[in-house]
Amino acid sequence: MKRVYINSMASISSQKTFENTEFLDTIIEYSEPVIFAHDPDYKQYIAPAAARRMAKGIKMGVVASKIAMDEAKIETVDAIITGTGMGCMIDSEKFVSAIIDNNEQYLTPTSFIQSTHNTVAGQIALGMECKAYNFTYVHSAISFESALLDAKMQLENDEAKNILVGGVEELGEHTTKVHKAINHIKPTSVSLSEMLKSNTQGAVFSEGANFFVVSNEKLQNCYAELIAVETFNTLQKEKVSETIESFLQQNNVQLADIDLVVLGNNGDVDFDGFYNQLSDAIFKNTQQVYYKHLVGENNTVSAFGVWLASKMLKTQTIPEIVKINDTNLSEIKTILCYNQYRGQNHSFVLLKKC
Amino acid sequence: MSELKEELKAKIIEQLNLEDVSVAEIADDDPLFGDGLGLDSIDALELIVMLDKDYGIRLSDPKEGRKIFESVEVMASYIEEHRTK
Repeated sequence: MKRVYINSMASISSQKTFENTEFLDTIIEYSEPVIFAHDPDYKQYIAPAAARRMAKGIKMGVVASKIAMDEAKIETVDAIITGTGMGCMIDSEKFVSAIIDNNEQYLTPTSFIQSTHNTVAGQIALGMECKAYNFTYVHSAISFESALLDAKMQLENDEAKNILVGGVEELGEHTTKVHKAINHIKPTSVSLSEMLKSNTQGAVFSEGANFFVVSNEKLQNCYAELIAVETFNTLQKEKVSETIESFLQQNNVQLADIDLVVLGNNGDVDFDGFYNQLSDAIFKNTQQVYYKHLVGENNTVSAFGVWLASKMLKTQTIPEIVKINDTNLSEIKTILCYNQYRGQNHSFVLLKKC
Repeated sequence: MSELKEELKAKIIEQLNLEDVSVAEIADDDPLFGDGLGLDSIDALELIVMLDKDYGIRLSDPKEGRKIFESVEVMASYIEEHRTK
């Protein structure tokens, strides 16, 4: 089986991450329970004629994929695989609202066409004239990991050489209201540094796009080697530690080999216990980092966790703002990313320095 | 009539998301499709719905749109003649 490498990547998030030359050097402070992406100048990347029908999620996905492709210095790929939990919410809401407002008449085609979950992958393919495998995984908080796993298997079996894989979510006004009403969004403002200690229910909701070019040949610019990806729809809290140990064992990695763990804490008092039990026990002496205080929570934000892990492996630096503890780590060789959302859809991503 | 033309230009810009175009930049006789504003078949469907919703004009044959949507001038004349609201 071939090895799999993350050769390039791009992130559009609530922080200034779309410039690959920076690594969380400047932090944007937020205190609202819903935060939007820090936008690049989309016009630099997308022609006005193409952009006029694109809602924000499509623009973020198209631009993040272009930045990743540029960094990999390749024109096309053998597959485009995306993950999205909620899909193109803005056009979905627009279309459904039009149905209600106009009494099921006068329905226009644009928002319908652009509302499907696979619109982003389709628009990326149209932009680069790529007729290869094009697939979108819609699987709540493991949508991105499902896409990544598909890419990994194709590359390992040499069915593809280079694959563009990514996750994208956009905030829709009505959906956000619904999530507020059911307490999935924090009821009050919370500052970045206070998020983990907020002691309130719900998360800070956000949007963003993270794309990666993964290949079975290592480029000089390589960020990380992708060792393993595993997902679980359901996993009891008390079983997480032993499942991690078993996952590592299957990949010939010992617990002590994990130099750093990227945790998906989002400050939800009801569900951060899934992470805290690891911080206090099996990863007590391991360097722990978190990121949702910077970029919020959404169904594919775990792709930002993979972006962060890959960046740390390549640069061998850990931004102070993401540290939960400090173990004075001298070298980062192996990273485990663990994420779950509301106690469901757990994912493990194992990465190594390349 | 000139008021209707201005109204149509504003509606075309808004409904078709022509972000970089202003009302003043669209001449009454500019072709809407092809070399003019560069609209396409999806835009034609949007305009057909707009005629129905805003002016009560239902096109029985979508091919009629080709003539009607030639320019803002032609569109305005057609609407003046056939509008029911």
